[in-house]
Amino acid sequence: MAQINETLIPVVGVITDVRIDTPDIKTFRVVTPDGKKPFDHRPGQCAMLSVPGVGEAMFSITSSPTNTEFMEFSIKKCGCVTEWLHSAEVGQMITVRGPYGNPFPVDDVFAGHDMLFIAGGVGLAPLRSVINYCRHYRDKYGRIDIVYGSRSKDDLLDYKEIIEEWQTDENVHVHLTIDREQEGWDGHVGFVPNYVKELGFDTNKMAVLCGPPIMIKFTLQGLMDIGFDKTQIYTTLELRMKCGVGKCGRCNVGAKYVCKDGPVFRCDELDELPDEY
Amino acid sequence: MRKISLDKLDLLFAKIAENQSLYIPSDSVEGAKFTKWTNGTALTNELNTVRGIKDFFFPQSEDLMKFKMQGKNIEVIDIRDEHEDFVIFGARACDVRAMTVLDNVFLHAEPVDTYYKNRREHGIIMSLACTRPVETCFCGTFGIDAANPEGDIVCHKTDDALYMNAVSEKGTALLDSLSDITEDADTKAVDEQKALIKERMTKLPLAELTTDAFGGGKTEKFFDSPEWAKLSESCLGCGTCTFVCPTCQCYDIRDFKTNDGVVRYRCWDSCMYSQFTRMAHGNNRNSQKERFRQRFMHKLVYYPENNNGMFSCVGCGRCLAKCPIRMNIVKVMKALEGTDNGSN
Repeated sequence: MAQINETLIPVVGVITDVRIDTPDIKTFRVVTPDGKKPFDHRPGQCAMLSVPGVGEAMFSITSSPTNTEFMEFSIKKCGCVTEWLHSAEVGQMITVRGPYGNPFPVDDVFAGHDMLFIAGGVGLAPLRSVINYCRHYRDKYGRIDIVYGSRSKDDLLDYKEIIEEWQTDENVHVHLTIDREQEGWDGHVGFVPNYVKELGFDTNKMAVLCGPPIMIKFTLQGLMDIGFDKTQIYTTLELRMKCGVGKCGRCNVGAKYVCKDGPVFRCDELDELPDEY
Repeated sequence: MRKISLDKLDLLFAKIAENQSLYIPSDSVEGAKFTKWTNGTALTNELNTVRGIKDFFFPQSEDLMKFKMQGKNIEVIDIRDEHEDFVIFGARACDVRAMTVLDNVFLHAEPVDTYYKNRREHGIIMSLACTRPVETCFCGTFGIDAANPEGDIVCHKTDDALYMNAVSEKGTALLDSLSDITEDADTKAVDEQKALIKERMTKLPLAELTTDAFGGGKTEKFFDSPEWAKLSESCLGCGTCTFVCPTCQCYDIRDFKTNDGVVRYRCWDSCMYSQFTRMAHGNNRNSQKERFRQRFMHKLVYYPENNNGMFSCVGCGRCLAKCPIRMNIVKVMKALEGTDNGSN
């Protein structure tokens, strides 16, 4: 196939693995038909996946850029495209285009710092890319804390990887929580924002935050209550997108386009935007 | 500068149409619209067309690519062809400036939109000065000179002749190709007409409207204005303003199933529509007030912030004429200006 150099025209991707993470989240492994990673990316960047005839939608690339073999997307079933994907089998082709947006500043701003990652629900998907990037270049970062919460233990994404890999890493500290008591769960119970305050981190670190809007709002407040400054906290936004290149107008908030100027924002930058995200 | 007498206008059109498609504003049951010239197509007497020239470069709907689907397999087919050459005659100053507004989005902001670029490269614009601006006209507010439009060939139509001045490389080549039917002209008649137009522009009811209160960096000042609720109260969300607007550029991308696969196309969309920003976890602009505000904040604040102060309105007046509830950007500007009491 001829090389297509046009941002709206995707390449073909093949689903080579489907992992069932939770009752409504699956992780899809995607390569090109000749078995390669579709394109290079940086942690926090996104890609447009499409099922021709069904639609196209933007997803964060959950695999780390250090993985050069394939790309992974953790996708929650919640609309036409995602429902179709959830019914897809290994070998199914889809289309992929990207990467889109600005990544997390892993190599400059984050380098040399202790890191605090806070995620809620499927909000772990974009953070997993950064977490695994930091784990790969372990010497460049200090202590890593990961606070992750979901509705129940069955809704925890990447649970096996968290337990078997992240928790066993030296100087990586995982703090899991679920919203309500559940049989077979002896870990923490409670919402993420409260848990973050309970854990009471020292503030000499960079924080990365992703989850449902309400969780982001309260966690951001919680972090500021324990002494964090907004300039130390990064998050990634999600709005409806069609083009991915700042032209179709959908993700426009203030003078910014989330697809192009985001999706990663430092929290003090968000204060400059009208409250429409 | 070249000229041709008006009784030879058809000869001029025929000569241009020999080598490329020519579109001229002509009357139709829907009002004046750009029509492909064939022998007998007559120039309208209307001041302007119902829709601008945006359609030629960013059509209401255009196919982007095809997909061949077979079992689990997909093949992406690039269907882009080199666009045919075409000439637009009679574009007004407002609509020509609107192309600069769109160029900033599709050509100058990375990445380049190749579909738009393809059409842009193959189109030649022959603009036409406005001798009879009407009461809905306010291009002057945005620094546009109706007497001296932009374009590849700038035309002035007097009572007896059409004067043509090429101002771009493409325009020069086209005008050169017409040299055997046109004649050299001095600028006297055109200068007189320009002076007349300038005078008429100052007498228009909206001549005093200015953009002074608006521009980049004014988000905080206007975003929470109580005026938005009042202004948008009757807005139907019909999107007519965005469809007749020569600068609106929001689009949707959709798929259409055909017998042997899928065609992916894009079509105009509107920030005024309730579905525009709706997604699985909610809608960041739930009310018509928010959607209405987005459209005008984009034209008056966000776009200028990203484009060196250029506004995303050209004062063509179409929304003034077409909005079913008689709301428009002039009313919005005046209402917001009223709240601009110098407190910021």
